[in-house]
Amino acid sequence: MSQTTNAQPLLAARALRFTRNDDPVFGPLDLHVDAGEALLVQGGNGVGKTTLLRVLAGLLRADEGTIEIDGRAAGHEERSRFVAYLGHLPALKQDLGALENLHVLCGLHGRRTRQMPGDALAIVGLTGHEDALVRQLSAGQKKRLSLARMWLSPAPVWLLDEPYANLDLDGINLVNRMISAHLRSGGAALVTTHGAYAAPPVRNRTFTLGRADAAEAAA
Amino acid sequence: MNLPGPRPTLASAATALLARDLKLLWRRRGDAAQPILFALLVVALFALALGGNPELLRRVASAVLWLSVLLAGLLSLDTLFRGDAEDGSLEQWLLSPVPLAWLVAVRVFSHWLTTAFPLVLVSPLLAELMGLPHAQLPVLLASLALGTPLLSLLGAVVAALTVGMRRSGILLALLVLPLYVPVLVFGAGAVAASAQGFDASGALLLLGAGLVVSTLLAPLTAAAAIRIANS
Repeated sequence: MSQTTNAQPLLAARALRFTRNDDPVFGPLDLHVDAGEALLVQGGNGVGKTTLLRVLAGLLRADEGTIEIDGRAAGHEERSRFVAYLGHLPALKQDLGALENLHVLCGLHGRRTRQMPGDALAIVGLTGHEDALVRQLSAGQKKRLSLARMWLSPAPVWLLDEPYANLDLDGINLVNRMISAHLRSGGAALVTTHGAYAAPPVRNRTFTLGRADAAEAAA
Repeated sequence: MNLPGPRPTLASAATALLARDLKLLWRRRGDAAQPILFALLVVALFALALGGNPELLRRVASAVLWLSVLLAGLLSLDTLFRGDAEDGSLEQWLLSPVPLAWLVAVRVFSHWLTTAFPLVLVSPLLAELMGLPHAQLPVLLASLALGTPLLSLLGAVVAALTVGMRRSGILLALLVLPLYVPVLVFGAGAVAASAQGFDASGALLLLGAGLVVSTLLAPLTAAAAIRIANS
């Protein structure tokens, strides 16, 4: 490990390798994220950023390597307590309102104390759209709604797959502010992005994923 | 540090999912009537094709009623997990602290409640169309009440297996129909037996036993199948 802190990293992967039909996608790679830290996973289209996040979230099984969450081998129990995942699919029901969708997702995942779905909507700038059906929201507004779900999630590790996609400048700032606040409260975030145009102003490291699998972690 | 609020319990997750499905049903009321209309159509077509001979209709009533319910169920089976797979809800189910098998069980129940249960409710009307003797109505209702959840649970396993495929309609039917055969035999058989003056309780008890076993095993199997389909 390139960095050590006195506490266990919230999320650590060692010698992680994933192949699809005997075709190597990435790895073996090592990475870790500590509390209060953001790891930006960079790389062009098709290098396996989404796959890496899905493996870390437990949606895909790695061929080799270990994943540890808070110092323990990652199982369903650890993942469901520590990991919140924002993928390309929004997990929103088109025919439900914004607030109704948040209530459903909070019912499945729980939520942080003192955080109400209505307040989360205000934070992401969707005040006034509480009852709007998701099918009537724009792509950017749907993304904001998904961000509200992350905000309500009690999990400390955020896995964000292209959170900046579809967002306007104000939205990009919003993502950065939310990540900063999340890290200040002791959380951690893994953020995939295909460019460095938007990085949260927090302690962050960059992890570049490439076809050659030259896993490099720059300080 | 984040203060985690109350962890979702089995009950809270089930309530959230059920409330969601009932709201969605209300928003798309037109879709909700589809299984009923389909079953009505099948029964009406049978009656027309058999030429309005009341005696003949009465003899085949149990088979036609059961077939219409089974085919209507088959038609709506693909929607069981399809929508949740396409919008990413299944991914979030996989990441929920609540066991996936429990969420699958709740989803199968809500799907049964919104597609098959209305059919059970209107089955006396369909039975009237086919001229089923009133004395056999309780047996028909009992066989449908035990048989339709069994069909939903068996169907859930196959629907979960094929959820990763784009267009799985005919494959789904091919895979699930062999599993449906025993349910059809005992369900329609119970009504036919009582029509001939035999005791129908044997067939009904077998349906009940099948329902108990599949209630326990089908959600677990379907959950495993969803995990496979998702990776």
